[in-house]
Amino acid sequence: MYSRAMSIGHTLLALLETGPRHGYDLKRAFDDKFGHDRPLAYGQVYSTMSRLLKNGLVEVEGIEPGDGPDRKRYAITDAGITDVAAWLAQPEKPEPYLQSTLYTKVVLALLTGRSAQDLLDTQRAEHLRLMRILTTRKRKGDLADQLVCDHALFHLEADLRWLELTAARLDQLAQEVRR
Amino acid sequence: MTAHAAPAGSLLTATDLRKTYGPTHALDGAGFAIHPGEVVAIMGPSGSGKSTLLHCLAGIVTPDSGTITYAGRDLTAMSDRERSALRRSEFGFVFQFGQLVPELTCVENVALPLRLNGAGRRQAERTALDWMRKLEVDGLKDKRPGEVSGGQGQRVAVARSLVTGPRVVFADEPTGALDSLNGERVMQLLTEAARATNAAVVLVTHETRVAAYSDREIVVRDGRSRDMEHAI
Repeated sequence: MYSRAMSIGHTLLALLETGPRHGYDLKRAFDDKFGHDRPLAYGQVYSTMSRLLKNGLVEVEGIEPGDGPDRKRYAITDAGITDVAAWLAQPEKPEPYLQSTLYTKVVLALLTGRSAQDLLDTQRAEHLRLMRILTTRKRKGDLADQLVCDHALFHLEADLRWLELTAARLDQLAQEVRR
Repeated sequence: MTAHAAPAGSLLTATDLRKTYGPTHALDGAGFAIHPGEVVAIMGPSGSGKSTLLHCLAGIVTPDSGTITYAGRDLTAMSDRERSALRRSEFGFVFQFGQLVPELTCVENVALPLRLNGAGRRQAERTALDWMRKLEVDGLKDKRPGEVSGGQGQRVAVARSLVTGPRVVFADEPTGALDSLNGERVMQLLTEAARATNAAVVLVTHETRVAAYSDREIVVRDGRSRDMEHAI
């Protein structure tokens, strides 16, 4: 399943790569791009930012006067940029419902000026690698193996079709996310 | 990303292929390499140049520029006659449809490449029948292509592509007209037979489940190729 908690840190970090922001701006940017059905809670932004601060992936660039809960302006560090790059380059384990994580990664790659095509190709190769393993198992197995493997193969194929369609629409998506 | 250096031991290698049809750049610096016994899938969107790449590799279409080397020989420098001889003796072909001669029986179809290479009828049909047995269609030997199902006809076509003992089989959407079950069976038999004879298979397909029968995948986009093994 898509692990929202695990990728929120990376998502916020990548959003910071496009420029320093306050916690509230970060939440708004996240909700605007990825939170259509589930907006991010403020508390989650602040706890995530304090974890990223502790790990040296972001730094506080300035604090604005005022009474709000967090007037800190965060900026990504070089270590943070390296972390975003590594996360985007790492293919997701092929399993159901990963398209929301992939969609997030594709949008962030476009926003941060990285190659979304490379990201999709890496994922495609990872999917096909698993499909080859399943196909070999199917060829050597009995009917039960064949049916189990076919089920997985059809799901992976659906993911791959989505990857192909997304690859074909990258230019259009790039225009929309930069709007 | 687009060019492939000729890897050691490769049987068929193409570098920096370019081909235009009027204003269209069908190939724009594509590369390719395959080893003996390897199955490589060529994938890509419609109109990306994947069929043009296959036709260039098979010596059916001559590229505007670039080199194609088969077993140490420059395919682009050969005469048409030399290339035809090479295609008949060293290459096998499977297409999506319409490849069997309707007037001939299935065994005569499978024996045809051997007959064209000068073999006698009896010997050619004996070899053809051996291949039909491996593809599990020997029971159809006296039927004409119009009397067999799509899946059976495609297996007859695979038998024909292998009958001369080719070193490379070119398969262009070999399962494109078949349902899942028949498509899988054709792929299984094709890849098993090719592996057993150490023939390389160049497979053009748009179906990823079919591509999963390959060892490696090349994606063609806008006339350029990318070896997906190196994408990770």
